[in-house]
This record gives sequence, structure tokens and C-alpha cells, in this order.
Amino acid sequence: MIEILQEWLSNPLLTRWDGGPWQATLVTLYMTVVTMLLTVLLGLPLGIALFETEGSTSPLVRTFNQVVGFVVNVLRSFPFFILIIALIPVTAAITGRSTGPNAAMIALTIAAVPFAARLFELNLREIPAGKIEAVRMMGASRWQVIRQVLIPEALPGIIGSITTTTIAVIGYTAMAGSVNSGGLGQLAYNRGYTGYQTEMIIVTVILLVAIVILVQLLGSRLARGVDHRARTV
Amino acid sequence: MITLDSLTKVFPAPGGGDPVVALDGIDLHLEPGRVHGIVGRSGAGKSTLIRCLTGLEKPSSGRVEVDGTDIAALEGAALRTARRNIGMVFQHANLLDSRTAAQNIAHPLEIAGVPRAQRQRRVAELVELVGLTGREHNHPAQLSGGQIQRVGIARGLAAEPKVLLCDEPTSALDGSTTRQILRLISDLRERLGITVVIITHEMGVVREVCDTVTLLQDGRITQTGDLLDVAADPHGPLSAELIPLPPAPTGIDALVVNCDYGNSERFHTTDDLIRLAETYEAEATLVAGTIETIGGRQVGRVQLALRNRSGAAISAEGLAAFLAELEAAGVVAKEVTA
Repeated sequence: MIEILQEWLSNPLLTRWDGGPWQATLVTLYMTVVTMLLTVLLGLPLGIALFETEGSTSPLVRTFNQVVGFVVNVLRSFPFFILIIALIPVTAAITGRSTGPNAAMIALTIAAVPFAARLFELNLREIPAGKIEAVRMMGASRWQVIRQVLIPEALPGIIGSITTTTIAVIGYTAMAGSVNSGGLGQLAYNRGYTGYQTEMIIVTVILLVAIVILVQLLGSRLARGVDHRARTV
Repeated sequence: MITLDSLTKVFPAPGGGDPVVALDGIDLHLEPGRVHGIVGRSGAGKSTLIRCLTGLEKPSSGRVEVDGTDIAALEGAALRTARRNIGMVFQHANLLDSRTAAQNIAHPLEIAGVPRAQRQRRVAELVELVGLTGREHNHPAQLSGGQIQRVGIARGLAAEPKVLLCDEPTSALDGSTTRQILRLISDLRERLGITVVIITHEMGVVREVCDTVTLLQDGRITQTGDLLDVAADPHGPLSAELIPLPPAPTGIDALVVNCDYGNSERFHTTDDLIRLAETYEAEATLVAGTIETIGGRQVGRVQLALRNRSGAAISAEGLAAFLAELEAAGVVAKEVTA
């Protein structure tokens, strides 16, 4: 066991920086973090908009809800592998390149935002209607309700949704290898699968599992920290 | 303080059938500084009435006047400002879990844009007023049902509203907590002179704290008035609910007479009735009854078993004369037929 480990640790394929698993880890983390920042920034307002416009009495607002809901559903039903290829002209127009991590991040964000928005919408739906109405009866404006009730009351759930989305995005980054994004997924495919370097597959899988476990741990701990609801055993 | 003028609310039927009339021409005037009870079964229109009072629901027609402002005519910012004149207390308190007790109490002030220092002073005052000292930094999950409702009441009072509107404030609480909360409400009315409206289905709540009571049935007011008048009126629909008659006793070898007093100027207690029976050479025993003291006055519904002193059944003429004298004095009395 120790011998295998020592052999791997001295294996130049695994320890070298350029094109090695450590550099790939950084690329994966970079894509994930930036994608998630954009996803929360765009997805949370979108989730709130979906929640707030649902069941409105105004036909205009209802139409908005239906149109946005439809676009979200269409984007969510795209297999990511197809989406990233279909978006190549778009990413090329925005970043100037159709390959690389930055190009991949555009596709990742477009896939993650609708996914996260639906989860955020569900988180908001879990708030008892009476609590929202109570604050409206105090004379709160719509904006005050969003800031003082919807976001703080749904925060434990929102953090859970961000965690779930982050883990999904880490999975998507593997497929982003198809546009030469770099990262662990591409490494495992190019070197491990097509290059017959089995050690590379094992190492990348171990690294991905470790990242996912850490993200989940961090997310759960953060959610518990902000959760003041009564715990039912 | 609150005037409802032919308030009507009609909801379109969900399936396209007949529209549902939730409130059907409500006329009601509630005096300032008193505790008003509004009772009715579920579906009577109580919730719709609250939603109209707070402007969450627009009436189909009629006026809703709170402290001289027609709530139904307001929109947007003006409505939000008017809502601050009404403090709300809910059955399940509806506190925000993300806020501590103190932050929940401060919430209406935050919405109204009161500066932080002033907010903190007011919260400290309220925490003491409702008896929550020491628990103000706890989250609702760490408080008991009674404490949660105290926070709810303090929050309702925070913006110094003219009216405290309580929607089933004790229906989720146990008996002794209910009494504590009701005592707090009547205590607050006395200290702050605030107008209180309690919507409830519990007659005990009405008996304990209300000055007036209004019965809502199928969206209409079927009885309204001062608690004593309503309870003492033996013909009104509320009297039997406020002063319920226990099940009639069985196996009594005597004539049983039902008496409702409370409306009578001459007879104030059950003993008065028993003494009257003695003047008819009869012995009266109390076999069942409910006696309540409302506004310092006894109101009772009792069943008396009557026997002749000698142990024989009393005569028909004697009974008729006894009943007639009771009726003349304002007691509703009649023989219970088995």
C-alpha cells in the first residue's frame, strides 16, 4: 500500500505542475467558484422573481412569470453536454474564444442559473404564508418583505441549494472538457481514458470526491449556523 | 374607533359557480378603549373581516373606517402607513425564526424607519410590559408557546397602534397560558387605553376579557352589544353559548324548572329564586346550572327541582303562579318536560 503511494508520489506524470492533477484542481475550483458567484448573483433574483410573480392578479405579471418559467424549464431540460456545444457561438462572442475555462464558465453559468433559481423558488415557498402576511400587515413594502422576510427566513434552505448547485457544477466542469476547459474532468478523460493512464483516473476521482465532500461539509455547517428554526428530532 | 358601513365582500366561485358571499352588509361600530369580541364558527367570515380591516382584501362594497381613515379607499404607500395604526396578533404568532424576540418586536419600527436608538428604547419598554425580561435575545424556537405569544403581542404594540387586532390569540395555547395571555391583554387595555378587537371561536375568551361581543353568522351580524346585555338576553343566540346549560339531570323525582336570570332587576342570584320558591311553600334545590359573573353581575341559567314542603308534588296552580312571578320580574322560566 505504502509502496504504491510512494511510487505514485514519485511518478512524474502525477507530480508535475503543468498539465498535472494539481493544476487541474485549481482550474476546476476556479471555474466552479466564478460560476457559483455568477449563479447566486443572477439565480437568486430570478428565483425571487419567479416566487413573487406566481399567481399574480395582473395578466402582464402572470405572462412574465410564464415566459420566465418556460425559459427556465427549457434550459434545465438541456443535457449539459449538448448545451455547452450549442453555446459555442455565444461564448465565442462574449469571451472572444470558444475554448478554455472562461468560455466554459459562460455555459456553466447558463446551465446553473435556472437550476439554482428553481431551487431558490422552492426554498421561498417553504416560508409559511402567514409570516409573510404578518409583515405585510405591519405596513412593509414588497422590497422590505424580500429583504427582511424572504431572504433571512429562507437562508438555511438557500445555502443548501447553493451547496447542491455547486456540486452539480463540479460535475458539469468534467463535461466542459469537451471545449478544452481544462480541469480535472478533462485530465481524467484525455490522459486517463484515451491515454491509458489509469493512475490519473484514480487520482482525479479521489480529488473530485474530496472537493465534493468538503463543499457539502462546509455548506451543511453554514446552513446549520444560520438556522434558528426549532429542530424536530 | 372602528366603523364598518355595509361592508360586503363577494368572492368569485373557484369553479365558476355561484359567487361566495363572505361578508354580507356588515354594519358595526366599535368604541375606543374597549375590548371587542367577534365570534363565529369557521366560515362565518371572521378571517375575511380581518383581512378587510388591514386592507389585505378590498371590500366589494362598503366602508372600513379605522380611526377616521377609510382603509378600503387607500392604496400603496398610504395604505402601508395606515396599517401601522393597527397592531396584529396571530393565532400562531407568526414570528420570524431568523430574528430574536427583541428583533421581532422591533420589526414594525424597522419597517416604519424608526432610528435604531429609539427602536432599542421602545423594545426594552415592551419587553418589560409583556413580561419577557431575560428572554429578549432568544429565538422563537427557544421560547414556550405563551412566551411566543407575548412576543407577538409586544410586536403588535410596538408601533403604538390605536387598535390591537387579535386573531384567535389563544386558540393554540393551553388553559393556564390562555388565562395569562388574556390577563395581559386586558391589563394592556387598561394601561394603554388601546382599543382591542379579539376574533375567536372560544366563548371562554369572550366571557373573560370582552366588553362587547358580536356574533357573525354566514357573513352577517346576528347579535351585537355589551357582553352583559347579550349574555343576559335569554332569547338571543349568544346567551346559550356564553352561559351554556349543562345536560338536564335524570332520575329526579320532582318537577324541574329552567330559569334564566341576569336580565332581572329583582332577582340577582340563584338564592333569590330559591327564597321566592319558599314563599310558595315549595323547596327548591339547584340541580344543574351555569352561573357567570359578568361586569360584577351574576348571570345564570339554572335548573331547580321543586318539591312541596311536605314532600308531595307541588300543585299546578302553585307552579303557574311561581312561574308567572318570575316572568314578571324578567326571569325566563319554564317547566322542563321530560
